[in-house]
Amino acid sequence: MAEFIDGIIKCWQQYGPSYLEGARNTLIISLVGTIIGCVIGFAVGVVQTIPSDKGDPVWKRILLGITKVILKGYVELFRGTPMIVQSVFIYYGARMVFNIHMDIWSAAFFIVSINTGAYMAETVRGGILSIDPGQTEGAKSIGMTHLQTMLYVILPQAFRNIIPQIGNNLIINIKDTSVLSVISVTDLFFTHKSVAGALYLYFESATITMAIYLTLTVTASALLRLLESKLDGDDNYDLATTDTLAHTSGMYTYHPKEKTLEDFK
Amino acid sequence: MSENIIEIQHLEKNFGSHKVLSDIDFSVKQGDVTTIIGVSGSGKSTLLRCINVLETPSGGKILFHGEDIAAKGFSVTDYRAKVGMVFQSFNLFSNMTVLKNCMVGQQKVLKKSKEEAEQTAKYFLEKVGMLPYINAKPKQLSGGQKQRVAIARALAMEPEVLLFDEPTSALDPQMVGEVLEVMKALAEEGLTMIVVTHEMAFARDVSNHVVFMKDGVICEEGTPEDIFANPKKEETRDFLARFIN
Repeated sequence: MAEFIDGIIKCWQQYGPSYLEGARNTLIISLVGTIIGCVIGFAVGVVQTIPSDKGDPVWKRILLGITKVILKGYVELFRGTPMIVQSVFIYYGARMVFNIHMDIWSAAFFIVSINTGAYMAETVRGGILSIDPGQTEGAKSIGMTHLQTMLYVILPQAFRNIIPQIGNNLIINIKDTSVLSVISVTDLFFTHKSVAGALYLYFESATITMAIYLTLTVTASALLRLLESKLDGDDNYDLATTDTLAHTSGMYTYHPKEKTLEDFK
Repeated sequence: MSENIIEIQHLEKNFGSHKVLSDIDFSVKQGDVTTIIGVSGSGKSTLLRCINVLETPSGGKILFHGEDIAAKGFSVTDYRAKVGMVFQSFNLFSNMTVLKNCMVGQQKVLKKSKEEAEQTAKYFLEKVGMLPYINAKPKQLSGGQKQRVAIARALAMEPEVLLFDEPTSALDPQMVGEVLEVMKALAEEGLTMIVVTHEMAFARDVSNHVVFMKDGVICEEGTPEDIFANPKKEETRDFLARFIN
């Protein structure tokens, strides 16, 4: 046991900054990937829920139909293949076939974003479908266009409902970016492999790595909970009135000075 | 002809092979309060939803100031901004406060400034007695309060016609009164309204034109005196007898 703890200390003393740098890289890639992925997901999800109206001109309906098929293909392709294979395929494939030399970072952002986007597209679609159709009718009845209805009424509500799923994606990304080490992205897992190889301390290094991953994911989920409760807003509201009689029923932010015994003397 | 704000000609609506509306004809003039009565399933709500293009009619025409609303180049969104609608299930935007609910349409559709929109919203909220609740979210309000906010939201667009789709049917009996009171006041101010309702007293006392529907057709129409005091058709008499007793 003492030997094991010594091993951990040794790993940390010699390579502490490397672990932290790996953790930082993991965090950056998963955060950026999740954010861009969400944007892609929202765009795809919104297009997929545009209703095809019989009154629309034919070319518009055909264009919409083709776009929907392409987007569906995108979702199926990236959800249906492992990210580790996609990484190799995209990073080396782009180099060999199209002679595009992506640097490691762009490749990492691209792969994680496009993957998250595929998952988020379905989540966003589900989120939009979960909103009561009455909300859409209410928006239409005051003359809003489809885009305005989406932007101001449906998406804010759908977004609130899918935050838990966005959190899931972020946590999955924090862990799954470890597969990017296959194209030599210097993330946390890559650091672990290097340190373990250099010191022959596999178990010890893995313990440190696990602890860092766990810290990242637990912090991420706590922050998302905070965002959720912030979006829900206050459970209470104040009456906007100057009628002092209303205050007797209790005003939430109106706290009259408490009377003490002194006041009655 | 041109004095008619809305004119409905031979309107038809089918859901698949099921015929919901057939050969509906009637018109609405400035200041008219038209009530549409009839049993559930007689097509009243569908008729109202066709007028607001929430349903696409299968046949016939709806004219707005003489213009066919299904014509090419006719802007449905502009039309909807002029023909407001109040729903049975309120349909307030749950992500916005009462005040925002009444402002968003003015800002985004009518392109009014924030200050102007807020002023108009507050004016109409005061009118329906909901001004103290501007900071509340819809889920914090009672049914009657929600419906009054929904009326204020529609009014804030300053529509030419306001459609009411069974505005009191989802409310507790004691809340029905507060909503009807607001609607009555609007009628007295001369707002043009088309109201689908089960409130016979409202139809009799407030409206000046009553349309009785049965099985997707207009069975009888006329002034409240015609319909309630001297119904000509057997079906109308049956319906009223059941409702009033």
